[in-house]
Amino acid sequence: MAEKHAITLNANGKDYRISVEARRTLADALRDDCGLTGTHLGCEHGVCGACTVLVDGKPVRSCLMFAVQAEGQAVRTVEGLAKGEVLHPLQKAFWENHGLQCGFCTPGFLMLATGALEAEPDLSEAELRDILSSNLCRCTGYQNIIKSVCAAASEMRACPPSADR
Amino acid sequence: MKPASFVYVRPGSRSEIVAALAEHGADGKVLAGGQSLVAAMNFRLARPGVIIDINRAGDLDYLRPSGDVLAIGALTRHAAFHKPPVEGPLGALLAKVVRHIAHYPIRQRGTFTGSLAHADPASEWCLVAATLGAEMVIANNNGERTCPAAEFFRGTFTTAVGEQDLLAEVRLPMLGAGWRSGFHEFSRRAGDFALAMSLAALKLENGVITAARLGVGGVSDRAIRLSKLEQELVGKPPSKALFQDVAASAQAGIRPTADIHGSSEYRSDLIRAVVGRALTEAAA
Repeated sequence: MAEKHAITLNANGKDYRISVEARRTLADALRDDCGLTGTHLGCEHGVCGACTVLVDGKPVRSCLMFAVQAEGQAVRTVEGLAKGEVLHPLQKAFWENHGLQCGFCTPGFLMLATGALEAEPDLSEAELRDILSSNLCRCTGYQNIIKSVCAAASEMRACPPSADR
Repeated sequence: MKPASFVYVRPGSRSEIVAALAEHGADGKVLAGGQSLVAAMNFRLARPGVIIDINRAGDLDYLRPSGDVLAIGALTRHAAFHKPPVEGPLGALLAKVVRHIAHYPIRQRGTFTGSLAHADPASEWCLVAATLGAEMVIANNNGERTCPAAEFFRGTFTTAVGEQDLLAEVRLPMLGAGWRSGFHEFSRRAGDFALAMSLAALKLENGVITAARLGVGGVSDRAIRLSKLEQELVGKPPSKALFQDVAASAQAGIRPTADIHGSSEYRSDLIRAVVGRALTEAAA
């Protein structure tokens, strides 16, 4: 039996005390040990981007990180985006611009865009397109995803949401 | 798609890392950004017994310009190059090339030095290191040694880094005044592996090329520095005809590898195109 590591994972400001094997990916730990199933797993080798979460503010593939590596770092997932009943500007923009179809890729796109825009609020549409090219949408709804992120970017520049969630 | 079991160790400094490597030897594998290694582990193409996670070794996270070199520590992420890390031609070159490496989230975690240690034939940083003649600092429990790029890359995924070694630092020569660079990569989609790419750096003085660096990547088991063709460029003013000749010679001198993404013949055509474009951009 492989050794288990008792770690505290901080996700969306909340501590989760979990016991995981070293080989447990961050994605699996979030979903199966913390119950945060908003993070989706597509390809499990870093290509599709569905599992993108923020680790210390940076968008990363949670299938390419082990949960033990995230110990002591601030993880943010799609569950932490809304403030109660109030959607994050990105979530609102996806809703209003038909930015999701089946919804499988949506959490990854939301966290990718959140991380990128929090780091650099003034990204141009061309830069956003380049950044968004890292994630796949099986419904191929890319145009509306780009439209949604650009709409949210304008709103976030006008009225920056706090990053403390 | 889950990795096999391994023992996890997390040294906090360079000296603790080399001690861990000495202890675990052939079973140990250094985990830096993990953007290639963890994917390979998920596929179980790699099954290291011991993972030595260097992500908490803060003393390896640096970009240090000193004199005529830029020293890059083993924990410097690709994203550190999104903006030029130093003033001058080298900083501009690195900021230009980094945009072609995988995708934005991958660049937040993957490391410069990790790319070199991994030695993927389609790696942009390997092409930069080979073309500019980087110097690698390889450390182990007995001390450290330096290794020139020409002796570092041994083939696909194979380098001079031994089982108990850490590629601790890479030193790139600062390109001084008068140097300018061009980079061109061809891939099917943004972020895909290069089918062919070329890096050119030219030193121009009074309208004449006085020094040149030229390399091609993605077409062989390792990046290729075209030293002979560099000499053909020196002493001449940049011109379309010169660059076309050099690009044709580059194509003639390399028999590219073939894979599912492109035949040898197709890549051969790409060599001429990317070399010509890199040179033209450098002279523009």
